[in-house]
Amino acid sequence: MKQILVISGKGGTGKTMLSACFSVLADKKIIVDADVDAANLHLLLNPEVKESYDFVGGKIARIDPENCIQCGTCREICRFDAINEEFEVIPVYCEGCTICSYFCEQGAIILEDRISGKYFISSTKYGTLVHARLGIAQENSGKLVAKLREIAKELAEKQEVNYVIIDGPPGVGCPVMASMTGVDVVVAVTEPSLSGLHDLMRVIDLAEHFKVELKVVINKFDLSPELSQKIEEELKQKGIPLIGKIPFSEEVVTSVKRGIPFIEYAEKKPELTDIVDTIKQIWKEVA
Amino acid sequence: MIIAVASGKGGTGKTTIAVNLALSIGKLEFIDCDVEEPNAHLFLKPEVTETKPVYTMVPEFDFEKCNYCGECSKICAYNALSVLKYSDGEKPEGDILFFAHLCHGCGGCVLLCPEKAIKEGKREIGVINIGKKGDIRFIEGRLNVSEVLAPAVIEEARSLVDPKKNIVIIDAPPGSACPVVASLREVDFCILVTEPTPFGLHDLEIAYEVTKVLGVPSGVVINKSGDDEIIDRFCEKKEIPILMRIPFDREIARAYAEGKALVEVFPEYKERFLEMFERIRGQLK
Repeated sequence: MKQILVISGKGGTGKTMLSACFSVLADKKIIVDADVDAANLHLLLNPEVKESYDFVGGKIARIDPENCIQCGTCREICRFDAINEEFEVIPVYCEGCTICSYFCEQGAIILEDRISGKYFISSTKYGTLVHARLGIAQENSGKLVAKLREIAKELAEKQEVNYVIIDGPPGVGCPVMASMTGVDVVVAVTEPSLSGLHDLMRVIDLAEHFKVELKVVINKFDLSPELSQKIEEELKQKGIPLIGKIPFSEEVVTSVKRGIPFIEYAEKKPELTDIVDTIKQIWKEVA
Repeated sequence: MIIAVASGKGGTGKTTIAVNLALSIGKLEFIDCDVEEPNAHLFLKPEVTETKPVYTMVPEFDFEKCNYCGECSKICAYNALSVLKYSDGEKPEGDILFFAHLCHGCGGCVLLCPEKAIKEGKREIGVINIGKKGDIRFIEGRLNVSEVLAPAVIEEARSLVDPKKNIVIIDAPPGSACPVVASLREVDFCILVTEPTPFGLHDLEIAYEVTKVLGVPSGVVINKSGDDEIIDRFCEKKEIPILMRIPFDREIARAYAEGKALVEVFPEYKERFLEMFERIRGQLK
């Protein structure tokens, strides 16, 4: 079983489009949407939710006004400025460190489970999708990603699949790292722009840190052939394989608007054969 | 006054809007809060004059005083501390395992330790670059690769501006989690940048919810706009003003790719950005 992660550093380069294509092309797989802040893969795979769970991401403090004498200790020690002048916890700022409850001499601070999102096991015509929705302005996206990965792994073993395909979040921070640990290969999707290149370099550093194999795809490469060339040169210098260049096409945007994985949308359109072949070739390099 | 530019979905044009708004207004303070992937410098091309490290608080142990009671590991909500006590009668009597990446710097262990064996130490997790471009004071937070505490870097960057005296523009990160909250906390207005696709709409809804939770008024910029009206319908329903539309145009994409600011290539946009700014300012009065 091979775990494949698709990331990009910079957002909007085509991670989800490519992940959806992989989900169509891969034989026997579990699909994971690890972009829990702003999940989009379900908009292409049209899942039917089979199981739904609350995600408890940690604790949250609540001050009981009956017992609180407003001594100020909690406000003084909270490093996250999460307690206001009226001695109420501001939920979005509370990081769940729980120390206020330890130091409150009145025992007026109650710790409650923090439901920071929901996660789902769904069926799609392409295979099982494990996805989530982080609550608005919640913490612990990394922990939620780890949870999805754990479920995906269990399901993968049970269903004896060949692949776990993970659509990753943008950036290089905590949810990205939770997506990357233990995968077999990372596919970094970039675009020919200075931002694309800049962010790709940080993704490369991260993959090196995790000692994970990394392969690169340049999406919309013809929007700036010069920048594509520059990215190719940088990759050559670093000895990182470029496994495909996908041209810009309005049809990709249309497939997203219709909510269909591009490769399926393009099936009966002979004018898109070249792009389809490119994506199939990329999948071969990854699989 | 602080105006933040956010989006939910990545790649919709946050940085483009933030940078061009800044260049159009001229005199202000600009903060790149997308500390995982800061890009504004590629377009603003500021002269960076100062780089300073950002630290997070981590515990520092005095092993002379520590008796390995394990209280610190009990209070740590992030499982960043593990205390071992040996019973073989030999010295040392135990060991402390500290997992720096799990520590949120809450300071609980420092406060709690009965032996006063823990004091505040620090660990570098990123840097702040400070510079200028014309009248624009440029501040960029940059999280070190493989670090997780993006909010701490964002807070440090934000502490360096004076929104009472100056106009401040924040280029926020994508998503809806803690780095976004740290960027939008206590701002006066949030520009939400989106594109007319189901992805754009879905993530706009999320970003809009974040602004609602934080009590920040917002308006929408539709980038890569065409004849699709899904964003218009959403904005109408929620009564969110549409501040600007920028059509999809290969020339704009090319300028972006090469790190050229929109208002430099298409000077007519400057007026449009200034109009948007006046409209926001009017709305806040």
